[in-house]
Amino acid sequence: MFAVEAHNLVKRYKSVQALNSLNFTIDKGEMYGFIGPDGAGKTSLFRILTSLLIPDEGSATVLGYDVVKDYREIRKISGYMPGRFSLYPDLSVEENLQFFASVFKTSIEENYHMVKDIYSHIEPFKKRRAGKLSGGMKQKLALSCALIHKPEILFLDEPTTGVDPVSRQEFWEMLARLKKEGLSIVVSTPYMDEASLCARIAMMYKGDILAEDSPEAIQQMISGKLWSVSGARTYDILRYLRTFNTCFNIYPFGQNVHFQVSGDAEAVFQQIKNEFQNIQIVEIQASVEDVFLHLSARTEEEKEVLNG
Amino acid sequence: MDRERIIIVKNLVKKFGDFTANDNLNFEVYKGEIFGFLGANGAGKTTAMKILCGLSKPTSGEVDIAGFDIYRDTDKIRHIIGYMSQRFSLYEDLTVYENIRFFAGIYGIRGKEFRAKAEKLIAKLNMEDVAKTLVASIPLGWKQKLAFSIAMFHEPPIVFLDEPTSGVDPRTRRQFWEMIYQAAESGVTVFITTHYMDEAEYCDRVSIMDQGRIAALDTPKMLKENAGAKNMNDVFLKLVRPQKAEL
Repeated sequence: MFAVEAHNLVKRYKSVQALNSLNFTIDKGEMYGFIGPDGAGKTSLFRILTSLLIPDEGSATVLGYDVVKDYREIRKISGYMPGRFSLYPDLSVEENLQFFASVFKTSIEENYHMVKDIYSHIEPFKKRRAGKLSGGMKQKLALSCALIHKPEILFLDEPTTGVDPVSRQEFWEMLARLKKEGLSIVVSTPYMDEASLCARIAMMYKGDILAEDSPEAIQQMISGKLWSVSGARTYDILRYLRTFNTCFNIYPFGQNVHFQVSGDAEAVFQQIKNEFQNIQIVEIQASVEDVFLHLSARTEEEKEVLNG
Repeated sequence: MDRERIIIVKNLVKKFGDFTANDNLNFEVYKGEIFGFLGANGAGKTTAMKILCGLSKPTSGEVDIAGFDIYRDTDKIRHIIGYMSQRFSLYEDLTVYENIRFFAGIYGIRGKEFRAKAEKLIAKLNMEDVAKTLVASIPLGWKQKLAFSIAMFHEPPIVFLDEPTSGVDPRTRRQFWEMIYQAAESGVTVFITTHYMDEAEYCDRVSIMDQGRIAALDTPKMLKENAGAKNMNDVFLKLVRPQKAEL
């Protein structure tokens, strides 16, 4: 049995197609990531999988339960952390956790072992109102609330959005420990660099899955060599590379610019080196973000062709 | 090289009761610079940014924005700065054109002057076809460009961008940065916060706040060298300690 199985899942809002017939399976005990920006359809998908939204077409099961028919079971076995802060800002940290425990007819004491690792970080502030917590602490409280009823599968919708790198790293460490205890974890994120922390990822863009595989396999999905140039102002290099009609997929990455060359690459490099001093050009392994940029560019081009 | 300083912050302190949000900040920003303002959640970035925009008064210290004093000249400061927040601060149920008119009106740009400028802007953004469309129904990337252009409509010499790219796809984020580069090249000073560490590397200089203080301030290249780190994410993780980021 799969943790999640989806067949031809479609969701529309008036004129907008939020999900275009998605198909995927997630294994039990797997850490699976939906990577994509705002508007990719991640939240619609999570709401369908947690039984909060009914798909227009297709079907999905979570641990064997149908997301439409068996919504009661789904809600018992799933922990859901929505994207936007979902707790009661006027209740204290402890009251929020108590509330979620009582909704599921349990108590903090009964399932304390489930949340101990995470909740202990914020327990010193348990009398503080949730609205007054910092971003990283809110995130830990929300995760504790999603865990307190001892779910078998966790759905975390953008748990690290807007959170600083230190809290993000801590959060992923907590997820890794939960996974070890056998939980299936489905997580979404707009941060491409977080992809490597998942066993498998689905790259989402405008309601479609552009690619689905392990992060390592996804990184191999680029055809041809990828080059990185550094050593001068990013914007200057970027503009210069665009003057070549043999250069394509030109994208800035911090102080580097990644690009591909059709035809004689060495000739292009020589010209770049003549234009800028102290420049370095090296061949690199594509990152997940490179692949996303290349695949989403292809989608955009296809749309342009279709729209004439 | 003696560069023109447009933001000067000296011994800036901001306290809320017993809590010191900004603990003696000292820094300068140069004209035409892209200045990255990074830090952990709760490190005091927003507090400092509000003070620089004239929305909040410091407890003590001096802040000079393009020659204006933060205590006395707040009205003038608000006219010479542009501001764009995370959620783009556009009115979703107004059209593109109405949004431009609304924000222009706040800065007293009306009548003939407004119409001429608005027309020029809409042409520059290639938004002629959507000028009368509600902002709610235009793509995210367009909204973002529009929000930035509106923040720049009164031609401020300084623009503050508070996490302008949060949640935006990698392609649109890069297009947005080109607008920032273009603005900086025309002499505009860009003061920006972000949680994307690759974006920190697009900045000329970056400051990293931790616990109300500036833990480091330098070019991305020097920050990486000094921390012995291969990217800005590592620099950040080395400078900002987890237990401290908590409080």
